[in-house]
Amino acid sequence: MSLLLFGILAVIALITAALMVTARNLVHAVLMMVANFGTVAIMYITLSAPFVAVVQVAVYAGAIMVLFLFVVMLLGEQQLSFDEPFAGQRMAAGVLGLLLAIMLLVTLFTASPAVLQTGLTAEQIGRENAQRVGELLYTQYLLPFEATSILLLIAMVGAVVLAKRRLL
Amino acid sequence: MPQDFLPILVLFIMSVGLGILVLIIARLFGPRVPTRAKMMPYESGMRPIGQAMRRLPIRYYLTATLFIVFDIEIVFLYPWAVVYKRMNPIWVGLAEILFFFVLVIIGYVYLLRKGALEWE
Amino acid sequence: MDLGLLVEWIIKSVVIMGVLLTGFAYETWLERKVVSKMQFRIGPNRAGPFGLLLPLADGIKLIFKEELTPAMADKWVFRIAPIMSMVVALITFAVIPVGPSINLFGRVIPLRLADVNIGLMYVLAVSSLGIYGIVLGGWSSNNKYALLGGMRSAAQLISYELALGLSLMGVVMLTGSLSLVDIVNAQAGNFWNWNIFLQPLGFILYGICGLAETNRAPFDLPEAEQELTAGYHTEYSGMKFALFFMAEYINMVNVSAIASTMFLGGWRAPFGFIPEWTGPIWFFIKVITFLFIYIWLRATVPRLRYDQLMNFGWKVLLPLAIANVIVTAITMALRQVYAPNAVVTVTFGSLLLMIAAVFLWRSWTSRSMRRRPPLHGTSAEGAARTA
Repeated sequence: MSLLLFGILAVIALITAALMVTARNLVHAVLMMVANFGTVAIMYITLSAPFVAVVQVAVYAGAIMVLFLFVVMLLGEQQLSFDEPFAGQRMAAGVLGLLLAIMLLVTLFTASPAVLQTGLTAEQIGRENAQRVGELLYTQYLLPFEATSILLLIAMVGAVVLAKRRLL
Repeated sequence: MPQDFLPILVLFIMSVGLGILVLIIARLFGPRVPTRAKMMPYESGMRPIGQAMRRLPIRYYLTATLFIVFDIEIVFLYPWAVVYKRMNPIWVGLAEILFFFVLVIIGYVYLLRKGALEWE
Repeated sequence: MDLGLLVEWIIKSVVIMGVLLTGFAYETWLERKVVSKMQFRIGPNRAGPFGLLLPLADGIKLIFKEELTPAMADKWVFRIAPIMSMVVALITFAVIPVGPSINLFGRVIPLRLADVNIGLMYVLAVSSLGIYGIVLGGWSSNNKYALLGGMRSAAQLISYELALGLSLMGVVMLTGSLSLVDIVNAQAGNFWNWNIFLQPLGFILYGICGLAETNRAPFDLPEAEQELTAGYHTEYSGMKFALFFMAEYINMVNVSAIASTMFLGGWRAPFGFIPEWTGPIWFFIKVITFLFIYIWLRATVPRLRYDQLMNFGWKVLLPLAIANVIVTAITMALRQVYAPNAVVTVTFGSLLLMIAAVFLWRSWTSRSMRRRPPLHGTSAEGAARTA
């Protein structure tokens, strides 16, 4: 049952991803990416990680894609031309993509089982999912969390520097 | 649990179906007599000049970026809000989040001073 | 998974869709009737008694209307956008409990579609997708008004979403759960257990943000007739327009339902001795009260100017919401350490913050009014005063 569900979701995710990459119209590409993120969110739910799923929807689909959409509108040009912006870009992208795929596959098959197992049962993760995340985030992983808050501060400054340069 | 979300999936499929059904019904019953003038984009009777799509102010970009930053901060705050009541001792939770908020407030004051929140 | 459960879900989904769609139809009737009474008019009175059949007549009319697709429009996105809006509005309601569990035909049936543990975050995440229907609708129309309306609306939605997410956080902190069922259960008993008495500022902030999120007056800038004809749905007609309209009104119901659930005890009766099965009735009363306030505000408050709207969201609501979370955190800690029995400390902090905010707001508006005189005449002045 869950394998079948995963199969369906994986096919949808791959199709939407392929459509996103091949779309000539940038707004269509954004729309496909939103669909892709939605599918991935459902996958997280089937993995008993509803909190991650909700974050996926709220942050990626609900915030970052909105920024993408705004940028597309900002440029005022939605149709992509066929010629490459930089010479040899497609070739380089293909090679890098292949390298990434190889790396991921190697990692997947050589990783020790300890990496794949979290030590919690699905029952424990699924119920009270947000609570578990909170407990870990604010005890064991407190330092990364506070570091993230500094990172967010930098992001804020960066946004202003990019958009309002003439005011600085 | 994943099963908890199944009823939502049922509702989702049914509402998508309803939306498509509504469009089909409207297509079946509504007349279709397109004319050139009717199909023109509506501009209060003026003849439209050029495409609707044009460059938009950079202000929208800034708003969207700041939205992402604050949205991520809120997402980080929710797991804390859920466990805050049960934290032992509670002062630790308070100190953690006050440190977080100090940084948020520094950023916010920076935005205010730079005029990044002014909408012209 | 047994078949009975699936049938139960399908029946509940049909009921939710049916109730929300009928609710939508009669909301439009209620709005016309209430606004007309407030303006000393009669309002709809021809179709049926008190014009009660008017929504039906409207529906039939819209079905038989010609649907226009402007030339050069992006046809598929143009079709998908209204469906997206409506679907998002409908599935938001899925996690809201409208009553306790009841016994029917030997089955225990909880009066809600789904109880997910991260309920509140689900609501926030799904409703943040509502933006796509609006932006894409405006973009695909190939119309300058529609595009501008869609972009304005998008910027407005994301700006108010921040304060909205933060305003509900106080309740989550006090309850220690994101499940809406748990939040309702935590408010059981008499009405003074309701969260509104612990989080008065959170309630007010949520109410204002809810207005803005549903594009209702005085935040109905995207549809400001005088400047943008009809905003993002300028080019929409017939049932496609009806879908957008539906989404807006269902979102109003959603906001009202969430406000009731988070702050007013959800389906719980105001007094503990009232039997639990009356839950749906109380829920209905609370939602209708909110809807009435929505309509009342529309009849009373003039529209804001766009820069005022954005400033209000970023410079007033967002800092207030952050301050509310901090004050709630501090008062909760103080209560736990020094006075475990004093419920009022949290309320006290919230009220103190509210008073401080009013003073700050007064000084801020008077300063900004001096700096930026109103552009034109009375409407801008009125808007400034209400802002």
